[in-house]
Amino acid sequence: MLHIYCPHCGEYREEEEFHCAGQAHIARPLEPEACSDQEWGEYLFFRKNPRGLHHELWVHAAGCRKFFNMTRDTQSYEIKEVYKIGEQPSVVAE
Amino acid sequence: MQKYSGFGLFKHSLTHHENWQRVWRNPTPKKKYDVIIIGGGGHGLATAYYLAKEHGITNVAVLEKGHLGGGNACRNTTIVRSNYLWDESAALYEHSMQLWEGLAQELNYNVMFSQRGVYHTCHTLQDMRSNERLVAANRLQGIDNEMVDAEQLQKEIPSLDCSKNARYPIMGASVQRRAGNARHDAVAWGYARAADALGVDLIQSCEVIDMEISDGKITGVKTKQYGVLKADRVGCVVAGNSGVLAKMAGFELPVESHPLQALVSEPIKPFLDTVVMSNHVHGYMSQSDKGDLVIGAGIDGWVGYGQRGSYGIIEHTIQAIVEMFPCTSRVRMNRQWGGIVDACPDASPIISETPIKNLFFNCGWGTGGFKGTPGSGNLFAHTLADGKPHPIAEPFSIQRFHTGALIDEHGAAGVAH
Ligand SMILES: Cc1cc2nc3c(=O)[nH]c(=O)nc-3n(C[C@H](O)[C@H](O)[C@H](O)COP(=O)(O)OP(=O)(O)OC[C@H]3O[C@@H](n4cnc5c(N)ncnc54)[C@H](O)[C@@H]3O)c2cc1C
Ligand SMILES: [Zn+2]
Repeated sequence: MLHIYCPHCGEYREEEEFHCAGQAHIARPLEPEACSDQEWGEYLFFRKNPRGLHHELWVHAAGCRKFFNMTRDTQSYEIKEVYKIGEQPSVVAE
Repeated sequence: MQKYSGFGLFKHSLTHHENWQRVWRNPTPKKKYDVIIIGGGGHGLATAYYLAKEHGITNVAVLEKGHLGGGNACRNTTIVRSNYLWDESAALYEHSMQLWEGLAQELNYNVMFSQRGVYHTCHTLQDMRSNERLVAANRLQGIDNEMVDAEQLQKEIPSLDCSKNARYPIMGASVQRRAGNARHDAVAWGYARAADALGVDLIQSCEVIDMEISDGKITGVKTKQYGVLKADRVGCVVAGNSGVLAKMAGFELPVESHPLQALVSEPIKPFLDTVVMSNHVHGYMSQSDKGDLVIGAGIDGWVGYGQRGSYGIIEHTIQAIVEMFPCTSRVRMNRQWGGIVDACPDASPIISETPIKNLFFNCGWGTGGFKGTPGSGNLFAHTLADGKPHPIAEPFSIQRFHTGALIDEHGAAGVAH
């Protein structure tokens, strides 16, 4: 069970309160209509899925209901840091 | 290959079972193969077997970083069924089902395939509607699947709580009577033994750490233990590690790897002769021939490679089982473990060419690929032999994530593996 620090609440809470929304920092194409099928497909479905450091988007679903980012090791499950939307990670996955 | 039989068992008992032949060789790899298959799980071994058997391609190696069948092949809860929704899936899983039905004979290996039926219980009107839709679709596809009402269900499974007192009372269920389960290890071992007998080299403790690619074409793989091994074609069947291998080849997949857990209880007397799963309460259970209850439920919602999952999931799983089978509330759990499942956005697998020439991927089977083992191997062998997919495998190309022709099986997959 992950023990997660919510940067909005300023507290550690149990994983049960949170929901992982997948890979972080995926920007929606500014002009979707201008995308090729290839680009649109990549945006919607193709993911990094690394064995190691990963940047993820999480939501404190049963708490403040706000979104934030997390850098986590997908092998050891260690959480390296959490940071707010709009911020950049200080520990960077390759 | 030494033929297994009742008589053989008797004969070997006379010499205290000390003279059985080794089940497969332990070869040192050659420098060059026609086909290299990465991943010695059920799907990889089945692929090798059908390549040799149906396409006569025997200069084949299966490279496995651990031991054969030590991944999801030996971690799953062994449910086999073919009642998915769309025609593409129906064709795929039914192809597999028909291979299952003759598998023990074909491999001369008892895979303990038991067609004990698989029930999906319905707890809401929406459940009833979607299962009735599934049943109707399956009927049109010529696949057996039927609805039973709660009263009939109670008669068929006395230990299941079909009363009005349940928190989510059961309204009915669909059942595929030809579905059931099989012994997972035996499937991997059976295919391994048969493939080895046809000349396939099974190389254990051989990890692929890079791919040899030039001009957008693969020429071999780099292994940790044996250096570079050359091949004309490479098939990658590494389940949870597909993303890692794709990265070596320089592309991304529409796949994410998640931990999926299972539990088994202490052995108890037989009381459940079928498989019961509930998408709504979210759990499923069967009882093995040894008597232990085999239990599973959902994945952890984040990417994980640790072959272990969260305690919260175990708690939810057990809650669901006790809700469905109150009589199990005091049964103790013996073991719990996790496997890494490679999930696709549409809950359907990928059997496909890739951006790299002569490199093919078979992955994305997610939480439900055990049932697909024979069919997957059979079709992927075709892809590797011909360089283009079998008609049944064609819709399962990676291309569908660009064209939009997804095969959405979330309804039929659900908790149901
Ligand atoms: C808990 C659990 C329950 C499940 N229940 C069911 C069920 O009831 N019904 C069902 O149909 N399906 C079920 N599944 C899914 C099913 O187990 C998988 O879809 C299926 O086993 C995957 O195919 P495989 O057997 O080839 O995979 P695996 O056995 O995982 O084979 C992949 C192999 O690739 C090897 N490998 C990885 N990287 C490398 C490398 N770099 N070099 C060399 N080798 C490598 C691995 O060591 C592994 O042996 C379940 C899965 C889990 C985890
Ligand atoms: Zn919060």
